[in-house]
Amino acid sequence: MTPVVPPARTEGPTPLFGAYGIVKRFGDVTANDGIDLEIRAGEIHALLGENGAGKSTLMKILYGLLEPTEGVVTHRGDIVRLANPEAARALGIGMVFQHFSLCENLTVAENIALVMPRALRGRTLKARIAAVGGTYGLHLDPDRPVWSLSAGERQRIEIIRCLLQDPHLVILDEPTSVLTPGEADLLFGVLERLRDEGRALLYISHRLDEVRRLCARATILRGGRVVGTCDPRAETARSLAAMMVGAQVGEVKPPTGQAAGPARLVLSGLTLPAPGLHGTALDRVSLSVRGGEIVGIAGIAGNGQAELFDALSGETLASEPEMVRFDGVMSGRLGITARRRGGAGFVPEDRNGHGAAPTLSLSDNAILSRHATAGLSRFGFLRRAVAKSLARAVIDAFDVRGAGSDPTAGTLSGGNLQKYLMGREILAEPGILVVNQPTWGVDALAAAHIRQALLDLAERGTAVLVMSQDLDELFAIAGRIAVLHDGTLSPAVPAAGTTRETLGLLMGGSEPARIPPPASVLADTPWGPTHAH
Amino acid sequence: MSLDILQMVLVTIVAAATPLMIAALGEVVVERAGVLNLGVEGMMVLGAATGFAVAVETGSTLVGAAAGAGAGLALSALFGLLTVVLSANQVASGLAMTILGLGLSGLVGASYVGLKRAPAPHLDLPGLTDLPGIGRLVFGQDGFVYFAFALAAGGWWFLWRTRTGLILRAIGDDHTATHALGLQVRTVRFRAVLFGGACAGLAGAYLSLSYTPFWAPAMTAGRGWIALALVVFASWRPLRVLAGALLFGGATVLQLNAQAAGIGLPGQLLSALPYLATILALVLLSLGRRQGGSLAPASLGRVFTPHR
Repeated sequence: MTPVVPPARTEGPTPLFGAYGIVKRFGDVTANDGIDLEIRAGEIHALLGENGAGKSTLMKILYGLLEPTEGVVTHRGDIVRLANPEAARALGIGMVFQHFSLCENLTVAENIALVMPRALRGRTLKARIAAVGGTYGLHLDPDRPVWSLSAGERQRIEIIRCLLQDPHLVILDEPTSVLTPGEADLLFGVLERLRDEGRALLYISHRLDEVRRLCARATILRGGRVVGTCDPRAETARSLAAMMVGAQVGEVKPPTGQAAGPARLVLSGLTLPAPGLHGTALDRVSLSVRGGEIVGIAGIAGNGQAELFDALSGETLASEPEMVRFDGVMSGRLGITARRRGGAGFVPEDRNGHGAAPTLSLSDNAILSRHATAGLSRFGFLRRAVAKSLARAVIDAFDVRGAGSDPTAGTLSGGNLQKYLMGREILAEPGILVVNQPTWGVDALAAAHIRQALLDLAERGTAVLVMSQDLDELFAIAGRIAVLHDGTLSPAVPAAGTTRETLGLLMGGSEPARIPPPASVLADTPWGPTHAH
Repeated sequence: MSLDILQMVLVTIVAAATPLMIAALGEVVVERAGVLNLGVEGMMVLGAATGFAVAVETGSTLVGAAAGAGAGLALSALFGLLTVVLSANQVASGLAMTILGLGLSGLVGASYVGLKRAPAPHLDLPGLTDLPGIGRLVFGQDGFVYFAFALAAGGWWFLWRTRTGLILRAIGDDHTATHALGLQVRTVRFRAVLFGGACAGLAGAYLSLSYTPFWAPAMTAGRGWIALALVVFASWRPLRVLAGALLFGGATVLQLNAQAAGIGLPGQLLSALPYLATILALVLLSLGRRQGGSLAPASLGRVFTPHR
């Protein structure tokens, strides 16, 4: 083992924070393998990498949540030990978590008080929250419980909690992944202001356009190692992506022509009550998807995507059969298996637990969704050989890595499991395919593969409905886009005839989403420029 | 005259409610921290046996009460070791604690069955305790009763007004998020479990030192389970636990009197009345609640394993 000393630096002044020779092993897995990173005051430093590249591990080490197996962290040139987040906070390191570290049933002020020094309590704390909120334009009601807030508001809590400690370094983990474009713009303004105040920011993302807009330096990780540093403004999104994955990322072929097929998936006035405390009620959702086209549903998570998906797949039954029609068949009261027999396929958002049973093998998982449609049972007995060959076919056709010996689904990486689940449905050649968040948490290569597979499927005449939070994804593959907000679906408009800004406003709940869907279910008419602000 | 009868009834009600209050208030703190302790009954009965045995040997009610709390604490330390430190299943561990507590209490109390001793001394303030109508109710209780009310007020103040209480509630709501913030999930939970165990033990000691001042095997007669139910129906709020326990005590006294008066209903049905009344009242109480958010601590019963 080499002795750990901060290596001689070749350029610039002493960095504010440095991490040198960081190695972190979990059992046999090496998540970080000798990473060096220097962060200077007054810069927004991007940390780029695919899923599993080691970004999260490095970030947790810098916030004191994990201790490195080897290597040191320095603060203004001195070696420091970050034994826990308290130690990190004492050094002026703050963190804005991707999956917010907020307690849903506590109020905004209570969540902030959790990590504040003892002196800052009650009225003083509320005054400070209001003061910081006023300075940076982050307004919050300190007495609201967190469960009643949107993702953007929740992020504000995290940011204010961070800023109240007057941090020198703010770590942001995928901060825009749950925001509307408008909210993201607001965030960028705050970040630029923090940079101008002389703070350092470590910005973790795989949205390359954002990184190119905000960051002057980027460190790129791949497989737990640093593979390069660059000035992202001098690179293109393509070249950055190539560095991240170590290969050229093919761009998907855009949709070729207008879909001319008949309407295969039709929703008319689908209305459902909220399924529980945190659920969203669906309010007169109407939509039609023709064979051969991909229709995208944009929207921020928690606005009814899960409820709509369940109503489409048959996990929740509609009150009237005619509310959901598959190829003309009234399916609203049909169960999941009946819908699949009718030629529909479904890929839910949550891979582990909803799309696949993590502790079952891939072939068993093939049985779970295809038992009725792929001849996997005879006289009530399973035909495991057929299931295995079906799993094999999916693995080969969709380039699922790490699936050599029919492992359990939980051992696959997110991207590979998602490819497997997409393949499982697509190989059935469904007439209708409904996918919720097809590339959520999936690396760029796998995402491109999945998007291409969806386009190819639509080309063969399938009606494809994609729900996604990622507007770039929808613009890349969808012919028409509708927005789901608070259980209400806006009319689907041609992707070519709308803009990110328009959709962003709708995602945030601006007026047009409130217009009740027209009586005709085939509402493809754009609603004109009246709402353009 | 009738005022004195009313006072007598109220005194009996408070006496019946006190063990439930103490045990349930302890359990509120445990469950607010996210741990479900189904061993309350076992800790209570062990506290009753130990408390009585020690009080007989030392001749001191105070030492006996402390020993009862200590016995509950010791059993809850085992429970905490299993569930908080070793991440064992909380339901199974809790049930095991109940069975273990019942067995141990039989062992501890074996040679004390049938012994009698004077009940815990009651407060006696000249002039005040003799006040007609309210004197005995307000100024003539024993120490356990005053402690139970102080515990309710203190529990409310701790959970809603202190920083430690806030951290405890936050950990019960989301242990992953609070761990990510660097809060000591396991330490807080373990301490909460110890507190709950001590309260359960003390509640048991009240039964054998004051309520019926002798030891009989399994004398808690399911009060630990009632305390657990009270916590749920009181939606994890100390002051509602207080109200629920008093209501339960009231229904108990009422049905005893009804049985004595012989109103023609089967005795078994009347015996079930307190349970039905408590459930009904507390369900009604929790019905008119907010629409979102969850009533229960969101991490309740979920095992936490940090990975480092």
